[in-house]
Amino acid sequence: MPSRPMIGYTHVTKSFGPLRAVDALSLDIAEGEFLAIVGRSGSGKTTLLRLANRLIEADGGSITVEGEDVRNIDPVALRRRIGYVFQSGGLFPHLSVADNIGITPKLLGAPAAEIAARVDELIELVQLERAAHRDRLPEALSGGQRQRVGVARALAARPRIVLMDEPFGALDPLTRDALGEDFRELHRRLGLTTVMITHDMTEAILLADRIAVMRSGKLLAQGTPAELSDSSDAYVLELLRTPRRQVERLNALLPQGGAA
Amino acid sequence: MSLFTDPRWGEALSHLPDYLGNHVRVSLAALALGLIVSLPLAIVTRNRPAPRAILLALASIVQTVPGLALLALFYPLLLAAASVTFAWLGVSFSAFGFLPAMLALALYSMLPVLRNGITGLNGIDPALIEAAKGVGMTARQSLVMVELPLALPVMMAGIRTAAVWVIGTATLSTPIGQTSLGNYIFAGLQTQNWVFVLFGCLASALLALAVDQLLGLIESGLRQRHRLRTTLGAAGIAALVAATLVPTIGRSSSGYVVGAKTFAEQYVLSALLRDRLQAAGLSATARSGLGSSVIFGALKAGDIDLYVDYSGTLWANQLHRTDIKPRAELVADLKTALAKDNITLLGELGFENAYALVMPKKRADALGIHTIADLAAHTSTMSIAGDYEFFSRPEWAALQKAYGLQFSAQRQMQPDFMYAAAASGEVDVIAGYTSDGLIAKYDLVALDDPKQAIPPYDAILLLAPKRAGDERLKAALSPLLGKIDITTMREANLRASGNDANSSPDAVAKWLWEKVSRP
Repeated sequence: MPSRPMIGYTHVTKSFGPLRAVDALSLDIAEGEFLAIVGRSGSGKTTLLRLANRLIEADGGSITVEGEDVRNIDPVALRRRIGYVFQSGGLFPHLSVADNIGITPKLLGAPAAEIAARVDELIELVQLERAAHRDRLPEALSGGQRQRVGVARALAARPRIVLMDEPFGALDPLTRDALGEDFRELHRRLGLTTVMITHDMTEAILLADRIAVMRSGKLLAQGTPAELSDSSDAYVLELLRTPRRQVERLNALLPQGGAA
Repeated sequence: MSLFTDPRWGEALSHLPDYLGNHVRVSLAALALGLIVSLPLAIVTRNRPAPRAILLALASIVQTVPGLALLALFYPLLLAAASVTFAWLGVSFSAFGFLPAMLALALYSMLPVLRNGITGLNGIDPALIEAAKGVGMTARQSLVMVELPLALPVMMAGIRTAAVWVIGTATLSTPIGQTSLGNYIFAGLQTQNWVFVLFGCLASALLALAVDQLLGLIESGLRQRHRLRTTLGAAGIAALVAATLVPTIGRSSSGYVVGAKTFAEQYVLSALLRDRLQAAGLSATARSGLGSSVIFGALKAGDIDLYVDYSGTLWANQLHRTDIKPRAELVADLKTALAKDNITLLGELGFENAYALVMPKKRADALGIHTIADLAAHTSTMSIAGDYEFFSRPEWAALQKAYGLQFSAQRQMQPDFMYAAAASGEVDVIAGYTSDGLIAKYDLVALDDPKQAIPPYDAILLLAPKRAGDERLKAALSPLLGKIDITTMREANLRASGNDANSSPDAVAKWLWEKVSRP
């Protein structure tokens, strides 16, 4: 490891009753990296993500964020400096789009004018329309628009780390694709370190620099998509089979280099 | 005279600002107190199942206590509390009227507020609470910024239920001295003034309905995040409160307060006393419909200034005496005893309102019954009815003992319905009152009491300790002393039992004064 990791898990364990959700797992995420954690539901992905900002406390092992052991950071302060995008948006239904986006800066005590300016900036950044969306309630937005607000909210306090829990899972494929691309671009432009959970290997391959595969609380494999395809693990190969087959079928069905 | 042109509607309307204002004031205070206590409890126990269950169980138990009993219980409770604070801290407070009514109603309002508060807070999507944490809220920020606003519509529904309950139950606070729309209902029931009863029911139903609709508007506004609707509802509530409270603000509460118990004779006499004081240039109001256990304590504490009681009642209930003395002697002893509490027994009005066993005259004649002693042989096949306190009073025990009475059944009844029940044969004998005009009206007869088991019940005028040296008051009242004989009072009571404009306590009091003052 060339420099210290942005997020480091060392031998981390977390149980819920008899169930070992995360089992002696070690994983480093480098600065500027886009990591996707892939696995079936119940594999411990979400638990692993929530351990990083102390929404869940580990039973054993240690976790560092920007080199600091999270146990030494006040959990509220920790969460305010890490962006978090929730599964289905997690927007507060009684607050307008602007109030949802501006919530973390407000909690940090930023002046109202500054928050308003930041909200406008973010609405533009996530490609929403200020006039049409700013003062709307979340219920008036489409699923894709809501998730854009969720991303804007996570970015509002200028975090260096963004955690995303299946952010695009509930969206239709077109919206999902567009949103993924747009976020990938934001990740690059803002120099973020991003950890995204997904159960969709295709999405992981298309967006992430590196993929970590989890099963039963353990890290089964990690690496770039190319590295993973060299894996000898049957489960990893099984996960890669679907995108491969999709590519083959698409190639067969669509004329090559079609200009349409 | 048609129902709609009855002048008693006008009389009822003239009381409305006072009754409605006081009704709204006590309801509002009770609701506010109930909210202040219940909401923090709901918040604190929302994640603690055991205390939550205990709390809800307690609130439910309170709910099962009938409103009238709950209100009545608070009077002796506060009376005891006031004497404790006086002994320990040297400060006392009035256990009469507003305070016990507000406390009892506040307790009554707690269940719906608690239950909906807890339901509302527990019903929030856990993902949103997680999101609140995730964006960096502390537990308190999450509560204030997310959980409470999201629970608000459900809480509002609870507040709405509580408001309707409190407004309805507040009508029962009249007997503990809190003026409310219940004054119409209690006075109307006692004096068979159905216009008043109807008016009181309509007024309190309309008030409850209006508040329910306005709070419903706020609730639906909150639920659908429709700010205009919420604002309109809140403005409506504010306007309603202002409109009902403003007329009572600045109204001087000074002046003499004439108390009255809950039966027609008392309503008439309190109106008469009030009129006499006003005629003498003293400001006076009547506070009627007070429970007979409340009224003496209220006089002693100075919450009312004067009222008419009956010598035998105080003899048994206040002095706890079971022996019986002749009329004048008993009053003299009573006067001495009451003087120790600084209560002035100003004098007798002239008539006696004693308990008497009453039955239809025809039947008594047919059976050859003239006295209670004659009755004793027939009681094993007869039923008897009495008012709510008669069968637990010492007079009843004394009667049973003196004459060996063994009735086959005994029933409690609203006094004004008792006479009709006796006349129709629904009961055989009733424990009526000698001054009641209905005895003659229904052709009943009061049986003699040769063994003098029932003590004398002279109507006596009592003054509160603080009025002991008030010569203007005494001068204003003295023309009444000894002037009202039993025939006059019976006729007055008979008039009051009618159901027409001349039967209102005010009208009968005027008639009574004309009769008494005529040389």
